[in-house]
Amino acid sequence: MELSGAEIVVQALIDEGVEYVFGYPGGAVLHIYDAIFKQDRVRHILVRHEQGAAHAADGYARATGRCGVCLVTSGPGATNAVTGIATAYMDSIPLVVLSGQVPTPVIGSDAFQEVDTVGITRPCVKHNFLVQDVHKLAETIRKAFHIATSGRPGPVLVDIPKDTTDPNLKVPYQYPRDITIRSYHPASKGHPGQIKKAVAAMLAAKRPVLYTGGGVILDDASDLLTQLVHATGFPITSTLMGLGAYPMTDHRFIGMLGMHGTYEANMAMHETDCLVAIGARFDDRVTGKIEHFCPHAEIIHVDVDPSSIAKNVRVDIPIVGPVASVLDDMLRLLDESGCDPQREALTEWWEKIEKWRELKCMSYDRAGAKIKPQLAVETLYKVTGGDLYLTSDVGQHQMFAAQFYPFDRPRRWINSGGLGTMGFGLPAAMGVQLAFPQAQVACVSGEASILMCIQELATCRQYELPIKIVLLNNGYMGMVRQWQEFFYESRYSHSYVDALPDFVKLTESFGHVGMRVEKPGDLEGAMEEAFGMKDRLVFLDVVVDPTENVYPMIMAGKGHHEMHLSPERELA
Amino acid sequence: MRHIISVLLENEAGALSRVAGLFSARGYNIESLTVAPTDDPSLSRMTLVTTGNEAIVEQIKKQLNKLIDTIKLLDLSEGPHIERELMMVKVRAEQADREELKRLVDIFRAKIIDVTDVSFVVELTGASPKLDAFIDAVPKGLIIEVVRTGPSGISRGPQGLML
Repeated sequence: MELSGAEIVVQALIDEGVEYVFGYPGGAVLHIYDAIFKQDRVRHILVRHEQGAAHAADGYARATGRCGVCLVTSGPGATNAVTGIATAYMDSIPLVVLSGQVPTPVIGSDAFQEVDTVGITRPCVKHNFLVQDVHKLAETIRKAFHIATSGRPGPVLVDIPKDTTDPNLKVPYQYPRDITIRSYHPASKGHPGQIKKAVAAMLAAKRPVLYTGGGVILDDASDLLTQLVHATGFPITSTLMGLGAYPMTDHRFIGMLGMHGTYEANMAMHETDCLVAIGARFDDRVTGKIEHFCPHAEIIHVDVDPSSIAKNVRVDIPIVGPVASVLDDMLRLLDESGCDPQREALTEWWEKIEKWRELKCMSYDRAGAKIKPQLAVETLYKVTGGDLYLTSDVGQHQMFAAQFYPFDRPRRWINSGGLGTMGFGLPAAMGVQLAFPQAQVACVSGEASILMCIQELATCRQYELPIKIVLLNNGYMGMVRQWQEFFYESRYSHSYVDALPDFVKLTESFGHVGMRVEKPGDLEGAMEEAFGMKDRLVFLDVVVDPTENVYPMIMAGKGHHEMHLSPERELA
Repeated sequence: MRHIISVLLENEAGALSRVAGLFSARGYNIESLTVAPTDDPSLSRMTLVTTGNEAIVEQIKKQLNKLIDTIKLLDLSEGPHIERELMMVKVRAEQADREELKRLVDIFRAKIIDVTDVSFVVELTGASPKLDAFIDAVPKGLIIEVVRTGPSGISRGPQGLML
């Protein structure tokens, strides 16, 4: 089969089994867009800004576990996508980004819409390529998918100069099925000796804690993790990225940990004698002050990326390997040994944890006349029966959603944890809704975040995506305002979002349904009405208490044991 | 502590900037870096000198290994190894100083590779401290310019850093 470069790009995507390409055309990718026009196997979704393309592909990847794909033109097309690429990179999301480039002969001449895309994206991709020879195009795209989806996943960018896709230059095409890259061999199995040591330490532990992260979800290891919790009876906490890997409604789940985690999870971290970290990376929002981190614990760390291990904290038993394979080995060893943890000590440990839990650290004032953001999330849970894909933007609403919406399944909670990208939620929800057209998909957002990618409402209209946007509108950049209240004596420097649009009219102008809710009593009815509209995008503008803060909280520079519950409830 | 690290990497456009970018992005020290293709033109061999405590150097090695273009890596400082650096020094060599400079060149087993009425270019190879010593030994005010490659290293014994 002889194909042009442009046809090769499209045929390679077909051969990869790609369903959707999120993109935006422009000069350097016109040959590719013409090839897209002439086929109907890969569906192209036209976004309204390249950042939206990257986030939508990212949301698709997070919800499905498959590689997201986006296509952008050179220059501003590529630079607009950078925020989305960096977002995916920080959360290890598999993405293949195809970018157009000016023709090879003019590279370096400051040509129209020329930018050094490979140079600009280098620090925020797992790898990138510039393809200057059409004969290498198919192989390079295969490599990009292989690298993006194996080992610790991540975005891979393929920069394609326009002359490489010349429709008049046809070359033989065969898509390479198997590919080996001699310099790339991600770990395929954990070291048996290390796993044995870890299991021995776990069985000897008196106050163990499982601390799990996004790596469990990325490796589809939820079932194995659940088996491990059931086999050992250990308490389990999770990072923001790992929520849903273990059912959050189960009593063995002691809540999210870290800055806005639960009191019981953070106290358990402080007092544990054996910390089993699985697919988590000891982010600063999780550890609090490193000097105070898990002072009594032997630390076991399972991660497929060796550079994650001992990066921020000391590790006693490192295990480099894919989470699923290591968990499988652990379960087998536990089974062979008769799985006999320190039952008596564990009972005592659980009693202690239950005491911490009795503090009900997440309680909030339900009496006020204003809608509390927490209530809005709780109502969302009630109305959707927990059966929801929930994407989020970044800020207070993100934390409230993580705290008050218990996810029982993986890949249901979709948010930008590492980079903290405002504007992520809506385009990510588009990717999720396209992947699962029948599913309930909602985006929880704030009035500041939503405006960062509001143009995607047009994309939602074009493809009839019935996303429900739940806007917790407090008229502030809530998290910024909270920090200014705590650390800058309430000088609210530029955190007030003045001159907000009328979101109902705005939504309607895009052809969707807008609703505004101001009273707690109207909340549930409004949400039921919104979710009842199965084929419409509904934008729920929920006016919430502007003074509400996210609690509990570990202040900067404090340890897990120094939590701040709320102004009314200081701990001794 | 000083570490000298050898990296075997794909001889691809951009491989060097991936390494350099890694050091600047993560705030690691880089004292010197040399790179050139090997007998196999598809491979480059890089020697990198860095300093940092054990935890940082461990992290540097892991991050270097993580680069897709990196094939293998060896911390030469962990075993017996040889380091060599090439230096060329242009010195003022007026009549009065020529003999003294030639003597120095002999003592250091260096070579004079360019001569004019008023200048020499001296070539010297050795471990970096030897090169430092030569610079110190040249009488004050005679040095016009110094160009050094930074050290390249190889381990002693039959084992090699190969594919």
